Amino acid sequence: MDSLLQLNNCTIRFGGLTAVSNFSMEITKGELVGLIGPNGAGKTTVFNMVTGVYQPTEGEVLLAGERLNGLKPYAITGKGIARTFQNIRLFSSLTVFDNVRASFNLRLKHGPIHALTRGRAFLNEENDIEKRTLELLKIFNLDRLREVMCKSLPYGDQRRLEIVRALATQPKLLLLDEPAAGMTPTEKSNLMKLIEFVRETFDISVLLVEHDMRVVMGICKRIYVLDHGVKIAEGPPEEIRRNPKVIEAYLGEEPP
Amino acid sequence: MSRSLLSLTFALLICASISFFGENFIASNFAYYYDILISIGVNIILATSLNLVNGYTGQFSLGHAGFMAIGAYASASWSNHLDPVIFGITGGSGNPIATNAAMFVSMFFAGILAAIAGFAVGVPSLRLKGDYLAIVTLGFGEIIRVAILNTDFLGASRGLSVAGTYTNLFWTFGSVVLCAYVVLSLVHSTYGRGFLTVRDDEVAAEAMGINTTKYKVVAFVVASFFAGVAGALYAHFKAFITPEGFNFFRSVDVVVIVILGGMGSTIGVAVAAVLLTILPEALRALAHTQFVPQAYQGLLENRLILYSLLLIVLMLTRPQGLFGDGTAFKKWFGRSRVN
Repeated sequence: MDSLLQLNNCTIRFGGLTAVSNFSMEITKGELVGLIGPNGAGKTTVFNMVTGVYQPTEGEVLLAGERLNGLKPYAITGKGIARTFQNIRLFSSLTVFDNVRASFNLRLKHGPIHALTRGRAFLNEENDIEKRTLELLKIFNLDRLREVMCKSLPYGDQRRLEIVRALATQPKLLLLDEPAAGMTPTEKSNLMKLIEFVRETFDISVLLVEHDMRVVMGICKRIYVLDHGVKIAEGPPEEIRRNPKVIEAYLGEEPP
Repeated sequence: MSRSLLSLTFALLICASISFFGENFIASNFAYYYDILISIGVNIILATSLNLVNGYTGQFSLGHAGFMAIGAYASASWSNHLDPVIFGITGGSGNPIATNAAMFVSMFFAGILAAIAGFAVGVPSLRLKGDYLAIVTLGFGEIIRVAILNTDFLGASRGLSVAGTYTNLFWTFGSVVLCAYVVLSLVHSTYGRGFLTVRDDEVAAEAMGINTTKYKVVAFVVASFFAGVAGALYAHFKAFITPEGFNFFRSVDVVVIVILGGMGSTIGVAVAAVLLTILPEALRALAHTQFVPQAYQGLLENRLILYSLLLIVLMLTRPQGLFGDGTAFKKWFGRSRVN
């Protein structure tokens, strides 16, 4: 199996605080991996390290063998890592359509000068982007809402739109930051189906950071567990479920 | 040719024909209104270009007068020192082709120089946000003004006479049309959606692969270029410029126009530029009628008091401006969105 994302002994320190210590992780192509841990375990820090918001103090991040250390977030997205946010961060003054269209910026061949001269190549590319945006929206049943301002969408649709927007950057790896937060049980099972669907349709790997055990155990093939910035377990869901260290981290120690 | 380029050409042709047939008539019979007309044009250019930075990209720049000053002094110096050379070759300043060519060249020079200044200021300062950027750009505007004030070569506090009043309706409104075209066609493209994403959420924009710093610098450079062009038009219209013409209040005037028109609405900002250029003139006319007691004349003539009142009323009743959708406004003043 060829590995897509590799974290080798990554450590992040903020001043004297070690947020993540000596963390290693590997995601192969097409894999759906979960990252769990109690509050403050360092899940989001790992996330921010992979996407370039934070730089690892030690260790290295590799995407398909290429070092990502020191790259800016937009450059990392260019390499093929897209993400969603825990608290939805859509472009609130734009329509559903434009939210997705803006993501095509990354792979754009034309620049500001072409936007002024409006040549044939420019117009063709604009048409092409419009077509692909609509296709994407159609796959997720959002095409009938394309002219709606995204902030007036219902919560579930906003979550879906964030995923669509991330997919428009044509990623190899999609990072989902607590996508089930604030969802009802029905919405959660729909989300699980959606994540599976995205992974199969777009042939990408997914890293899922999630609190909700049912969601993670339900769809992830492999799970990493963090506690206090240290990896305490790693393996398939059944193993994780029975792992005494995980139970302890989540439920506390059994009284003697 | 695409439709938008066709309409640009058409609009430029209209400006040219109005200037060709009506220029002398308006300028000689309605000199006062002609003056206002040119001021309107200059203000529209200033405001629509600043709107790209403050409105569409959501950055708070308060230094537009600085770039205008660079443009004005650049084009004035160009005309004073290099036009005689050009006229020597083309044969006299009486030749309309020669004067228009001289105007074009000095305007272009002014724009380029202002754009270079915009780049130099923008690259280090655009990593600042909100009020901090406002203070840096404000400082920059003052630096330019004080620098000119102490440069003997540019006339220092005595002011600088400009050789040739080449500004006419064509160059003014041709630049207006061009500026509006540039801003609108930039924003209305997949590339240009990037400006709006920077305004809405920088973190999310970066995560979607958008180089936010580059976008801010592009917006800043384009806006500075047109501020420079506006400065050139102003210099070649007034024929005499002083550093005081480009002080902090000039920048504030432009920001007020952008806020009133609605940040992120080019049409709204252009309309506001027309309104706010006419308003002080109309009030001055009103102040000298019999309806206004002598004691209140000064009150009506002072546009700064009026602008403050106008802004207060506007903020209370329509915070998004006459035409805007209010997003940029919230970013500036809505503390809840600061992360």
